[in-house]
Amino acid sequence: MITIIDYGMGNLGAMQNIFKRIGVAVEIASTPEAIANATKLLLPGVGAFDSAMKRINASGLREVLDRKALQERVPVMGICLGMQLLTQRSEEGQQPGLGWISAVTKRLPPMPGLKIPHMGWNVVAPMRDSLLTQGLPAESRFYFVHSYYVQVDDADDSVLTAHYGVTFDAVVSHRNLHGAQFHPEKSHKFGMRFLANFAGI
Amino acid sequence: MLRTRVIPALLLRSESLVKTVRFGRFTYVGDPCNTVRIFNELEVDELVFLDITATAEGRAPNLRLLADIANECFMPLGYGGGIRRIEDAQSVLRLGFEKVIVNSAAMDNPPLISELAQHFGSQAVIVSIDVKRDLWGHYQVRTRAGTRNTHRNPVAWAQAAEALGAGEILLTSIDREGTWAGFDLALTKSVADSVRIPVIAHGGAGSLEHITEVVDTAGASAVALGSMVVFQKKGMGVLVNFPDAEQLAKRLGVAKSVADHSIHAIEDPGITDARRDSLRQ
Repeated sequence: MITIIDYGMGNLGAMQNIFKRIGVAVEIASTPEAIANATKLLLPGVGAFDSAMKRINASGLREVLDRKALQERVPVMGICLGMQLLTQRSEEGQQPGLGWISAVTKRLPPMPGLKIPHMGWNVVAPMRDSLLTQGLPAESRFYFVHSYYVQVDDADDSVLTAHYGVTFDAVVSHRNLHGAQFHPEKSHKFGMRFLANFAGI
Repeated sequence: MLRTRVIPALLLRSESLVKTVRFGRFTYVGDPCNTVRIFNELEVDELVFLDITATAEGRAPNLRLLADIANECFMPLGYGGGIRRIEDAQSVLRLGFEKVIVNSAAMDNPPLISELAQHFGSQAVIVSIDVKRDLWGHYQVRTRAGTRNTHRNPVAWAQAAEALGAGEILLTSIDREGTWAGFDLALTKSVADSVRIPVIAHGGAGSLEHITEVVDTAGASAVALGSMVVFQKKGMGVLVNFPDAEQLAKRLGVAKSVADHSIHAIEDPGITDARRDSLRQ
């Protein structure tokens, strides 16, 4: 069972649809009690960094999330903005991030001929082995929409990178904490495989 | 590097998919859900649905049909037709769509663009601009499925939409739509050159050459295809199809850009038990 955290930001419908397709049970949780029982957490997110952090901090979920992630160490997957929230801070806002992973979120640099946000299908390159990427075919492609990117401090936390003007971390893993910059729920069989791998951890 | 998005644009009329020619005469293509299933199997980049009679009939989006579509689709989805309020957009996005497309309602009430962008982010807001040449050859923006001439200039309207918070422009040439004659390159270039947000060129695609042309010479960030993906050939029967991914990649220069960034096969890493344990911690 994967518990999807509902803090008011994220495309929950699409997430539920894809887990249904791959036969993984999910529940939507918006209260500390529901999250307290979770064995695996998924933190979605679409929108601005500061509004997301403010919502998490104001929702009464912060304490239970910190406990699940850092003490109980249940597997956590942050998607898109959800991944950026795992970092220390973001150039997009003033609010500190959850700070679970030693990483920062930076703005994609303006480059001639490259529109921002980085929107569309891009290929990824593997940095190291991970259960999350097992069985993904060569030249796997994923759907991205973002204007900010994550850069981990420890290169060993980087699992997949992608390139758009800069090379950035597309998937990060640090112990039980994982993040994906792309939208697996919108990435056909590649996304299904990725989420099935997370479900199997 | 990013692949140029090639997006089937599917027209809904009541419960059916249709294809029009210059926004007029239409042909039935078939059942939306069956068609969508095929596009899902073909692993298309993205899908856009336009309900072309919603505004004229004063209807809200057909949420039951859109829910069925979202259940079948695991790619980015956009929907336009009858979105007039935040609540309309909210109910569509909640189903699993990530972009809403506004046209007539945005022209009638431009602050709607800003409201949508504030609520859902610019990346979720596509402003659709339908353009037709007048007798003197001037480009003019039309709304209500092409029936109302606003006398607005498409470049000025695209710039206004961008300033209000639009994330993308879906730019349709009414004169070329359904004709297989190629995109309107001059129109596309004039708009693409005047905004920073992506412009999706739509109307007239009939071959891979047309797609390459509008991306390479007119600056389109993405292309939307209609007739090409639902008919065998011009004047022939319905055949749901999508250009071969490799051919597209070759023509759109993706092969070259990919070379800038070395790609390795992701093989079964054969993770050791110790590694597995460390990952499970």
